[in-house]
Amino acid sequence: MLEFLESLGKITRHSFAKLGRATFFLLHALTGMREILPRPNLLIKQLYSIGVLSFLIITISGLFVGMVLGLQGFNILSDFGAEESLGVMVAASLVRELGPVVSALLFAGRAGSALTAEIGLMKATEQLSGMEMMAVDPINRIISPRFLAGFLSMPLLAALFSAIGVMGGHLVGVGMLGVDDGAFWAQMQANIDFREDIVNGIIKSVVFGFVVSWIALFEGYDAIPTSEGVSRATTRTVVNSAFSVLGLDFILTALMFGDI
Amino acid sequence: MPNSESATNHIVSVKNLSFSRGSRKIFDDISLDIQRGKVTAIMGPSGTGKTTLLKLIGGQLYPDAGEIWVDDQNVHRLKTRDLYSLRKRMGMLFQSGALLTDMNVYDNVAFPLREHTHLPESMIRTLVLMKLHAVGLRGARHLMPNELSGGMARRVALARAIALDPMMIMYDEPFTGQDPISMGALVHLIKSLNTTLRLTSIIVSHDVQETAAIADYIYVLSDGKIVGHGTPTQLAQSDSAWVQQFMNGDADGPVHFHYPARDYLDDLLTSRHS
Repeated sequence: MLEFLESLGKITRHSFAKLGRATFFLLHALTGMREILPRPNLLIKQLYSIGVLSFLIITISGLFVGMVLGLQGFNILSDFGAEESLGVMVAASLVRELGPVVSALLFAGRAGSALTAEIGLMKATEQLSGMEMMAVDPINRIISPRFLAGFLSMPLLAALFSAIGVMGGHLVGVGMLGVDDGAFWAQMQANIDFREDIVNGIIKSVVFGFVVSWIALFEGYDAIPTSEGVSRATTRTVVNSAFSVLGLDFILTALMFGDI
Repeated sequence: MPNSESATNHIVSVKNLSFSRGSRKIFDDISLDIQRGKVTAIMGPSGTGKTTLLKLIGGQLYPDAGEIWVDDQNVHRLKTRDLYSLRKRMGMLFQSGALLTDMNVYDNVAFPLREHTHLPESMIRTLVLMKLHAVGLRGARHLMPNELSGGMARRVALARAIALDPMMIMYDEPFTGQDPISMGALVHLIKSLNTTLRLTSIIVSHDVQETAAIADYIYVLSDGKIVGHGTPTQLAQSDSAWVQQFMNGDADGPVHFHYPARDYLDDLLTSRHS
């Protein structure tokens, strides 16, 4: 029992210490962003590797998620003779939930893990330490541009995911199952609210982009500089990002749409 | 006036330094001085914290007690901005080279120039080629770090370390894992750069022959203490058994070949039962 309490205390203390380090790291990375302004190239390079290179996985996943939504939605809605509402159903699920959440999970797997491994290896090969000795702040130079790039890419990727998803739903619903084309779009137009649905979805993806980038970069920076340490840190990035995204999604949904 | 003397002669002064990692004491109240313009070696077996000492001098680690003065500035009392401006005058050569893997050789050497100066690209080109020429790798400027051999990577890192014309360079195990030719090239480079660029060099190493060949003064560390110091000839004649063992590379001596263990025969017999 005593041992259990002891280890519980140890874990709690370690978690708080890590949270403290993560907070300092975040503040440092945020203040470091002012150094990006005179050198936009640093940001552009990261926008490419974090954002642009995630395009493929986001579009393909979005297309399939939209197609599945179209198929499942049609099956349920046709029982009530409400196939025309397919467009609303697909769009609402994507814009409110699946777009931000699934693209954040994919982003954590594709870009987040890559960021952790990159930073962790830079630490292991003394590149960060070397930069410090060259009087270049590694957080300002390496972390801040990546952080900003992740933060900016996420909402765009989520929007792309939703848009492609709607097209996937249209492809299956209208193209294959015979839902009326006009009704599909008209119902969507009438029932999807810009402020209520689209803006809320964007807010979600902004929050997820911030959290996933923070976790990925911090785990890399805080990794034990060995191959095993970097591999563990990469796993932690994906697992912690998934938990945070799903947990935060519930909280944000409750605040935005729920009457809790 | 001892103070003014130290100001001119000692570029680095370590005073009563203590440092520990966890419960392990790495340095226990050590003091040493590095003379300006000389090649000073800090030697000792692996795990004596030689690299740690360089990181302490560079202000990357904080001591538990004691002070480190570099060019008459107390490193651990400096504000970040002042520490960074001091670091611009200190080059450091990491054991791995620590080259930035996403840039080629040219950009790696240009990196400190681009970060810290506003020189036009044409002048940066001239400077980079001069530094690369000094280490004999002007022709390798388009290679990426993963295309370099260990010795070449270290020479590129050396070109980068001298890019800003520092007052001193710290070498972390420059000779480890080098073939005889690259080793010879590095030994020659360190000595000639020190003379031609009027640098001060601090070499941390356990390669006795190579280091003794170019060092003006040597400190030998063991178990957190300085166990001997002097010029290479003085150390070769040292009457300390420890220094003798280290300098001659004897397998047994004050540092035992065997890790502390219980009696050999006893150990063999009991292992059969368990």
